[in-house]
Amino acid sequence: MGLEALLKGDGFITTTLDAVIAWARKNSVWPMPMGISCCAIEMMSVGDSKYDISRFGSEVMRMTPRQDDVMIVAGTVTYKMSHVVRKVYDQMADPKWVIAMGVCTSTGGMYRSYPVVQGIDQFLPVDLYVAGCPPRPDNLLNGLMQIQEKIGKTRARDFKNKKQETATVVK
Amino acid sequence: MFEEYKDKVISTIREGMPDVEFEFSEFRGELTVAFDKAKLVEVAKFLRDDDFLRFNYMVDVTAVDWATRTDRFEVVYNVFSMKLKFRLRFKVAVDESDLQVETVSGVWKAADWYERETYDMYGIKFANHPDLRRFYMPEEFEHYPLRKDFPVMGIPGSLTMPKK
Ligand code: SF4
Repeated sequence: MGLEALLKGDGFITTTLDAVIAWARKNSVWPMPMGISCCAIEMMSVGDSKYDISRFGSEVMRMTPRQDDVMIVAGTVTYKMSHVVRKVYDQMADPKWVIAMGVCTSTGGMYRSYPVVQGIDQFLPVDLYVAGCPPRPDNLLNGLMQIQEKIGKTRARDFKNKKQETATVVK
Repeated sequence: MFEEYKDKVISTIREGMPDVEFEFSEFRGELTVAFDKAKLVEVAKFLRDDDFLRFNYMVDVTAVDWATRTDRFEVVYNVFSMKLKFRLRFKVAVDESDLQVETVSGVWKAADWYERETYDMYGIKFANHPDLRRFYMPEEFEHYPLRKDFPVMGIPGSLTMPKK
């Protein structure tokens, strides 16, 4: 939520400004690389010169959640890890998005067993699921482009009166 | 290496510890020996320190849950002798009524974490272990997942997740 959230009304200037900001925002999506297991390898290769995520303005993978816009959860999330994932998500500044990369993250995948969370949407609001085990890097880029579209449509008023989520306390 | 040293290893162990009852078995070039858990540390020290054997590398500690047997659990130790290039597996039986084995982490330091893992998964306590805590599962978890009576999808509510 930036300064534009304070803009009121639907006048020419405010809507244009809103659109410009959304355009800028969608072309500089900084990902939080939440690489937990094998999917992280594909996420890394998205950053290399062959697939080159910087064509989409997302090459700035920041290891600190405070500078990120989208969290790419890449890998098998166990119950023990879920607290950490949520803690990182809670530290990201609004507006923020989440990509669930791979079947493990989306549904638990082949790990239908006791330690694995069967889908991170049980504790995180997920915006986009990328299918595959692991998803090919181009599939992740496809996911990124779709989330850019979603971000481009986001307007400041979407954040107005948004209920502030209370952070979960992790022991 | 196996055929060469097998008989010598067996006789060395038998002669070195005459008061322990050993039960040797061989399967596909692997030697296994079972004995009473009361003698565990004594035998372990002997295996490590004997001049011929020198089993100085602790490879793994794990357990087996036989579910219906009288001695329900079996703790399995895998050791390797760098001198002989020889692998040995030794087992001790543990019953549910007395889920306790003496630790061998004083003999092989590497056994420390393996024993913690075995404790985490099977609930077998290792007496005099320096730091017997859960290994993979969260501290507050109350069950032992690799036991046969543990459901594969877990026990609902036993593991916590953050609120959405
Ligand atoms: S979806 Fe496949 S590649 Fe990705 S973390 Fe799970 S098992 Fe690994």
